[in-house]
Amino acid sequence: MSEPLVRQGRLIDERSLKARVQTFVGQWEFILFLTLVGVFVFFSLISPYFLDYFNLMNATFSFVEKSVLALPMIFIILSGDIDISVASIMALASFVMGNAASHGAEAGTLVILGLGTGLIAGVVNGLLVTRVKIPAIAVTLATMSVFRGISQAILRDNAYTEYPEAFAYFGQGYIPGTVIPFSFIFYLVLALLIGFVLHGTTYGRKLYAIGNSASASRFTGIPVGRIRFTNFALNGLFAGIAAVILTSRIGSTRPNIANGWELEAITLVVLGGVSITGGRGNIYGVVIASLLVGYLKFGMALVNLSAKVMVITTGTLLIVAVLIPKILDRVKARRKLRSQRSELHRERTAS
Amino acid sequence: MKRLNKILENREPVLIGLILFFMVVMTIAMPRFIKPSNLANILKDSSILVMVACGQFLVILTGGIDLSVGSNIAFSGMAASLINMNNPEMSPWICLLIGMGIGLGLGSINGSLVAFGRVPAIIATLGTMSVYRGFTFVISGGQWVTAHEMTDPFMNLPHGNLLGVPNLIWFALVVSVLFYYFMRYTRSGREIYAIGGNRSAAVLVGVNERKVEFLIFAVSGLVSGLAGVLWAARYAAAVNEMATGFELQTVAACVIGGVSIAGGAGTVPGVILGALFMGLLKNSMTMIRNMAFFQMLVQGLIVIAAMTFNVVMERRREAMLLNRRLA
Repeated sequence: MSEPLVRQGRLIDERSLKARVQTFVGQWEFILFLTLVGVFVFFSLISPYFLDYFNLMNATFSFVEKSVLALPMIFIILSGDIDISVASIMALASFVMGNAASHGAEAGTLVILGLGTGLIAGVVNGLLVTRVKIPAIAVTLATMSVFRGISQAILRDNAYTEYPEAFAYFGQGYIPGTVIPFSFIFYLVLALLIGFVLHGTTYGRKLYAIGNSASASRFTGIPVGRIRFTNFALNGLFAGIAAVILTSRIGSTRPNIANGWELEAITLVVLGGVSITGGRGNIYGVVIASLLVGYLKFGMALVNLSAKVMVITTGTLLIVAVLIPKILDRVKARRKLRSQRSELHRERTAS
Repeated sequence: MKRLNKILENREPVLIGLILFFMVVMTIAMPRFIKPSNLANILKDSSILVMVACGQFLVILTGGIDLSVGSNIAFSGMAASLINMNNPEMSPWICLLIGMGIGLGLGSINGSLVAFGRVPAIIATLGTMSVYRGFTFVISGGQWVTAHEMTDPFMNLPHGNLLGVPNLIWFALVVSVLFYYFMRYTRSGREIYAIGGNRSAAVLVGVNERKVEFLIFAVSGLVSGLAGVLWAARYAAAVNEMATGFELQTVAACVIGGVSIAGGAGTVPGVILGALFMGLLKNSMTMIRNMAFFQMLVQGLIVIAAMTFNVVMERRREAMLLNRRLA
């Protein structure tokens, strides 16, 4: 819309400053950012330990894996799919790494095994969804139990706890000379990468097209099946990355590792403003949402709220994050209808 | 070939055959399997699954899914047990009714979110799944309600006998018959099929979409509430983690019973047989040593197999219809 204006050498945006500020302030990402600031202010006031550079950096350890999971999940949800097997993929990848480590594998081998396992699991999901053509929710509900089931069948009630020393760096190490965790920087790099694919490549544009209408996309020649397949494979790979970081951080593998994290990952994406019905959303919202939920939980832990309260909070956040935009949309539509009606009324009375 | 297709098209006889085959194999491998006491155990073990799967069936029929049934069972079971513990003189039937009411309430929350809030079923129930589970811990304070804290009449709810048949089986039987009647002969039941088959067509002929969506989740919640009370009383313990992962078993019973995960197709008898098959499988796995650890894996694999089978059958049916039209 603004392009012809630029060509004519006129102002790019002719709207008033007030209107521009209004759209900016009304944006979901801005509301999220304000909430994040609110969380910081609130917890700084009630706990003296919150606003401390060292603590804030260390807190990222506790949410960076979930944030990693949320990144490729944007692609999945954007194109109208869902993957609730990611936490189980993590369990499987962690199991494979633990098993290899108990046989004396090196740190590098473990990482490759973890990522490879994740990728294969994602490929299985992708094949079932795009080749056998079973809905994503049903496929991943089943593979959720298969992937974790493999770990449970073999590991039973045992645990792998022996990992090589070098392996600990991915989840526990700091960037040399600073107090910034390596995993946090790694997450930011991944976020940049995903953000670039999403907003800077045709792949990203195609995701939006598929999310808005898969059949229309197919008719315009977008390889819908192949893209959805790639999304699932990517999701598996990132679950593998998250598994490497988590296993390295806690240094032990049980079958129930990362239990329920699919909920966390999906919550971050939906809270970040990605429409659950597909076709709408961006990377900024999801990154801000990840920080928001991470620091909210860090603060809640500082004031000794139990893990169960946090689970309730996550579940509620997920529902509210979907509900509020729906309600706002409806209010907007009603207001528009009313203004149209009154305009019509004015025209009629004038004539 | 044609005859085989005809047989495979109806899920119920296939399932009955499969169940009988399975039982014969198990009996040959392990003679104690066929003992009447073990068979009664299988029926009792499947009873709760039969009930909850029927509720899940309605939701899946419309193309939705209810992931919160396990947490609903835990919350209503825990609440009923706490009420029983604190008011031992109260009739257990009132406890049961309260449990069902709580289940209905939780189901109605899901229903409201989906029908009126327009939240997709998967998201709404994924959220309430953790919310209900979290509140189970909150009301119990993280503690269990154990057998000696429950009254005998309360524990007798599922364990008692009527005409020599355990109450638990009676409950499942009554619920099954009610669902069968509801889905086949009532207007609301047919409306659920209509919404599942073709939503916009159903709305155009006057089916109230919101009402149906609310109803299915409320019903699913109601049977989960009932199941929760029976679960706690049957195992004589209300544990915070009870029925974790149960949602997958209910979905499994449905897809094995021939319910299409995309909605619109399936029958109550099919779902009941699917649940019985799951119960049979679980029972035989616990009989083989160390197989219990394989349960999760096998369950998932069976769901994938059943769904793939459904999809292949559906495609074949479509091809046949197309051929008939071309001929």
